[in-house]
This record gives sequence, structure tokens and C-alpha cells, in this order.
Amino acid sequence: MNTGIKTTVLNLTEEEFVYPGNRACAGCTLSLLYRIGTKALGRDCIFVVPPSCLTVMQGLYPVAASQLPIFNGTFASTAAIATGVRAAMKQRGLKTQVVAWAGDGGTADIGIQALSGALERQEDIIYICYDNEAYMNTGVQRSGTTPQGSLTTNTPYSGKKENSKNVPAIVAAHNPAYVATCSASYPLDFHDKLLKAKEIRGFKYFHIQTPCPPGWGCEERMTVKIGKAAVDCGLSDLYEIENGRKTLSEPSRKLLDPAKMKPLDDYLKMQVRFKSLSAEQVAAMQARIDEKWQAYRREFGQAVGNNSGVFNGEDV
Amino acid sequence: MPDSRFKILTSASTAGPGDAGRTGSWRVERPVIDYSRCTPAKLGKHACHLCWLYCPDRTISKDIEPQIDLEYCKGCGICAEECPTRAIRMVAEEEFAKGDGHE
Amino acid sequence: MSNQRIDSGNNAAALAVQLCDVDVVAAYPITPQTPLTEKLSELIAAGEMDAEYVAVESEHSAMGVCIGAASAGARAFTATSSNGLLYMSEQLHWAAGARLPLVMCIANRGIGAPWSVWNDHQDAMSQRDTGWIQLFAKDHQEIVDLTIKAFRLAELVHIPVMVNYDGYYLSHTYMPFELPAAAAVKEFLPPYAYLHTLDPQQPESLNSVTLPDARQDVHGVTQGGYMDIRHNLHLEMRQAMEVLQEIDAAYQQAFGRGGVPLLDPYRCDDADFVVVAMGSLANQLRDVIDQLRAADNLKVGVLALQIYRPFPTAQLAAALQGAKGVMVFEKGLSYGNQGALYADLKSALYPYPARPQLHNFILGLGGREIRTADLSQTLKTACLQPAQSLPEQTDTPHWMGLQL
Repeated sequence: MNTGIKTTVLNLTEEEFVYPGNRACAGCTLSLLYRIGTKALGRDCIFVVPPSCLTVMQGLYPVAASQLPIFNGTFASTAAIATGVRAAMKQRGLKTQVVAWAGDGGTADIGIQALSGALERQEDIIYICYDNEAYMNTGVQRSGTTPQGSLTTNTPYSGKKENSKNVPAIVAAHNPAYVATCSASYPLDFHDKLLKAKEIRGFKYFHIQTPCPPGWGCEERMTVKIGKAAVDCGLSDLYEIENGRKTLSEPSRKLLDPAKMKPLDDYLKMQVRFKSLSAEQVAAMQARIDEKWQAYRREFGQAVGNNSGVFNGEDV
Repeated sequence: MPDSRFKILTSASTAGPGDAGRTGSWRVERPVIDYSRCTPAKLGKHACHLCWLYCPDRTISKDIEPQIDLEYCKGCGICAEECPTRAIRMVAEEEFAKGDGHE
Repeated sequence: MSNQRIDSGNNAAALAVQLCDVDVVAAYPITPQTPLTEKLSELIAAGEMDAEYVAVESEHSAMGVCIGAASAGARAFTATSSNGLLYMSEQLHWAAGARLPLVMCIANRGIGAPWSVWNDHQDAMSQRDTGWIQLFAKDHQEIVDLTIKAFRLAELVHIPVMVNYDGYYLSHTYMPFELPAAAAVKEFLPPYAYLHTLDPQQPESLNSVTLPDARQDVHGVTQGGYMDIRHNLHLEMRQAMEVLQEIDAAYQQAFGRGGVPLLDPYRCDDADFVVVAMGSLANQLRDVIDQLRAADNLKVGVLALQIYRPFPTAQLAAALQGAKGVMVFEKGLSYGNQGALYADLKSALYPYPARPQLHNFILGLGGREIRTADLSQTLKTACLQPAQSLPEQTDTPHWMGLQL
């Protein structure tokens, strides 16, 4: 899984790459992701960011909350702009890492054309999609990754009708060098996958479930727990795909033991956005999860009593 | 390089804290650490530090006795929720406003 | 040392770009620009041009790549036409507001709906408010010269420049032109440098949300709000005309051509009637001028606008003070009002004492043929028109060449 020493809380660098006092909501897990992700990426980076929560978090002119060089560009063209920056680095003989950070809208909806083009060209960039599962920056409108049944401002009563897009699968169909799914609640998993990605040439894609307190309808203090609940019920499966081979990541691997899977409902009931789900809808969602994990068990084997690297009883 | 007669104003920002001002003012409640329950404080050495890890705003230090930057702590409570020994309580800001009148 | 060629307008543009030490080319094919992109691909693939060709998946992305490359310290180029230009429209505003030194060639073509692949100027005119400098080439030599000058201009004033040339009339026809020597062009263009190059050593966040009001930065220095930044773009766009004139003079010194950076007059000195136009039409009108002078003794001249944005207000007004009548021929219009060039020209004249009779002609849309004989007839009629025509009648655009 990781090429080097596994990062723990104890050996994670203390160096910080963002300043406090920024405009992220209290309890924002994007903020957490960015903070830990930049520790892996280091300073020799250029970020490309579309309009999104991250734009606002990174600061309003003339103050930047992030200490890294950033290009803020138009909504649909993150992957294209990142391509241009990458091309400039190549022409100038520089090894600076180009990293696109976009939300689900800027990646899978309005941004998908540029993303697909950059994937097809196998651009040597890291692309990070922080998926808070709706257009949060504009006030919680539904997106392509909004889960079925979720209440949003334009699906206000009975929730979103359609199932969400499987964006990592769409990306994987382009055969990029590396695909990883992550959770903001497992920041060290994200961190180490980034370290790995930095050493890989070609398109590296990260899709990260990013809990959002105002958008999901939960207490700010619960956002890390919610992300873990999503992983623990098998809904949010953490994995990597390299050379066409998928491997489950540690936080998800334990679920190969069916006894370790928590019910979907534990996750759903933590969030107001799912309050209008009918029992039938929940059952259908649970069935989809069960089917997915049955397939995983056929592929990877069914493990019982899997050691998932525990620290103080908490997985990080 | 551009002609020196041109100012070339454009939106280019440099980094610093407090883009949103003193975000400590957002708080409704603040984290208070009971060092008698805090693992590194009790052991007198580096251990745990999950509060430092999970703080989205880097307002908790990685010290053996973690310190909270009240200037910028937004009071989200993730630290309190994630602390394995329940050493952090979230206490209403009002409790402190009575005391020193600084809030 | 220099190089006489006979080639297409698209190839003239490509060869000029090759001379300009461009690092990144990102373009999406669209008629009639396509051969330009193919030529650049050939040159790069053959190792005759040290640049990267990014085969983007759309024009919006083409300009996105150029924006990213230019912000990160590389000289970038793209080209497009018509709907492709419109597709990247928001990016044009972005590049201008970001003060990026970009150059783009446009092989002008009419905009859908309905679909047209043939020439008119509506594509360029529809982007006149983006903050891009807009130049218009009349022939292949100007395509070469303007493109080279455009890089220097864009990089000195940090405002993107659009070089327009007529689709098919110029893009696909063959004309002789001289290609300057590579070494001389290299000397003429300083190395590329963007003022706010993305750099981990000096990190900045570019183009983030900017408040309406001025605000202090981390050093306590007050920086402008959105309006101040935009005002500066406008002011410096106006000032860019002066820089273009300086560049033109330097070009003339280095390569022996130039002298008419803003307006190119033909037989205007003693003209009672001045025709104003842009692009290849202005050259065609020279034949009309010669005919009318010879056959009808009309004192006519044609004034070609080499630059449309920024608009050469003072120069144009000065040039027209002696005219009894001014006829603006243009291949586009602001729907619901009048020709955009006509309206700009009329506005330029307003503060000045002279009140020539003004005429607006719309022609050539979607590639409708423009016959020299028809131009001649139309112009002659306009010249001989009684001076007492109602203002409303002359201010309404006349459409030349309608068939229904």
C-alpha cells in the first residue's frame, strides 16, 4: 500500500501550510483535508482551483490563507488550466508539482469535459476532488454526486431522485496512472496516498468524501465521526487503482469480514439531509452496498478478524 | 517584464492569518482541556495528539500540554469529539464572558 | 537574410508564431482556422519549433491551457474562429482581468445560428468588451508583422492581444510576404516574463474573490477592490496605443515595414469623403477609391483601422475633421442598434467641431460576396446624396447585398 514509512500522528510534520482565521466553516473537513494534504505535498507545488468552497477558504484579495502559489480560474476549466501550468513547468525544466483541487461540481459536472480531456492526454498532474456531495459553496444545491434521497435546496422535499455518479469509475475508465478514493476522516490515509502519488508520473486522481456540517445537516463536532461511519458501513469504500488493479485501503479492508460492517442506517441517521428517505429507499441503498461488498469479498477473499492498524482504539 | 510606466493592477494575494478576521468570535462554545485526562500531559511525553491532527484550523498545538489558539479557534468541537480520553469539554462562551470581559 | 514566401494567411500566422519562441500551443480545430493549427502541429512534430502542442478537447480549454501556461511563466498561443471564440468568451475576460500577456489569432468567421463557415467580423466584434486588444490585418504581410508585434505589446503592457484576419479571404488565399529572420525576431522579442508568475519561492494566490471595496493586505498596505483593478485595465489599455506606436517604430527600424500602427490612410489627404473599414475589405476599397477618383472625379479616400480596441478615438476624430462625409463599411453589427464600428466612430467625433455626414453600411455577413462594383456604386450614391437627408435616415444602417 504505502511505499515508505506509514505516517502516524506522531511522525506527521508539524509544519503548517495554511493560516488560521480563514473563511472555512467551523468543522469543515475540506479545511482538514487541505491542512493535512499540504503536509504531504510540501511547498514545491502550484495549485489550480475553480470557484468552490476552497476558493473562499483560500482567502479574499489581497489576503491569502494558503501559503502556496495558487491559480484561481473559471469553473469548467480546472483540469485545462492545470494542464497549462504543467506544460509551462515542462518547458521551463521545473519539477514543481501541479495540483488541481476541485469540488464535486468542478470535477464531475461543469468540470468533467476538461477533466476527461486531461485524463485522455495523461497529463502529469495530481487532481484532488473533494466531494461534499452537493454545490455547497452556492448554498447546497444538488450535484451529480449528491446521493439518492438527499435533501438539497433544489430537492427540498422528497430528496434527489437519481443515484449519484460513480466518478472514480468514470476516471478509472480513462486508465490513468493512479486512482485513489479517500475520506476526510482518514487524513493520514490521504496523506500517504499523496506521498505515493508524488512519485508517479501521469494522471493521479483522488476522490475524497468530505463531510460538510451545514450541507449535510449535522453538528460540526460530528463531521469526522460521520466520515468514518460512511466508511464503516461500506458506503464509502477506500481503495487505490494502479495498473488496472484495485486494492482496498486499510480503513476499508476490515469490512471484508462481514461481521465488521456497520448498518447503513447508523450513517444515515446522523444527517438531516437523509431524513426524508423511505424505508424502501434505505433498503435499496443497503442492498447496493451489500452487493458491492459481496463482489469485493469474492475478489479479495473474506477476512475474519483483520488487523487494521489500531491506535488507541481509533483508526486514523 | 512589463513596461515600467504600467502599474498592472491585478488580484494577487499574499498569505497571512485572519483573512476572515478574528474567527475566535465565531465561537458559541470553546474547548477546555483537562490535562489530568490528556494522554501526553499525563505521560509527560509526546503521545496521541489526535486533537492537533483533527483540528481543521490548526489552532491546537502539538505540545505535551496542547494549547488552543483562542484568537482563531472556531469552536467546532471536533477535538472534544475525537479525544479518546474525553479530556476536552466544550464550554459555553458566556461562561468566560462573565469573568474577564475580554470576549 | 529575410525570406520571401508565397503562402496562405493561416500559414503566415503559423510561421510568425514559429519565429516568436512560443512555448505552449493549445488549440482546437475550427473552420477556417484549422490549417493554422495543423501547420503548428507539423512544425512542432518535425522538431522545427520547440514548443508543446496540447491537443485540447475544446476552445474553452484551449484558452484555459494558455491561461495556465502564461501564469506559470511560459509564452502561450492559441487561435480560433466564430463559435470557438464565443465558447472561450469567459476565459477572454479572465485573461484580461488577470493581465496575462497572451496572443491569439482569429480567422474571422460568422457566428451561428444559423451555421456559417464564411467570413464576417461578428466573432471579433462580439468580444470587443472583454479587455483584449484587437488588431486587424489587411493582408498576409500584416498577419506576420502584427502577430510578432502582438507578442511584444502583450508582454510589455500585460494585456492580451487578438490578431484578426478574414476567414477565407486571408486565411485561405495565397499572397507573397516576407518572413523576418529568426534571429532578428528573437532579438525583437524580450524573453517572456509574467509579473505574477506562479512560483513556490514567491507564492501568491491569483485571481481570488475580490471585494467591492479596497482592503489592506498582510503588510497593512491598501490594495484596490474589483473596480480599481478593472479601471486600471481600461486606463492601461488606452495607454497601450502609445506603446504600440513605439513598438511599430522599433519594428520599422528592425524590419523596414510599418508606420501605420493605428490608422492606415489611402488617398485621404484631400478627401471630401472618407471610407472607414477594417481587414481585407479596406484593401478592396482601395480599388474602389481609385475607380471613383478616376471615373467620377470624386475626392474619396479609405482609412483602414488597424486597431479596434482600444479604440483610436483622438486619432480617428482628427483624421476625419476635414471630411464632408464618412462612410463606415462593416461586416457585423450590434443587433438592435447599428454597426459597432459606426457607433464608436460617431461617438469619437462627437466632442469635436466637425460634423461630417455619416453613413453606416452593413455587408458581407456570413461570407456574402462583396463585389467591387457594388461597393463602387454604393459609395458613389452615398457621396452624391443630398446633404439635407433626415438624420434618422442616414443614421440607420444600410444593408448592402441583401438578396431577399
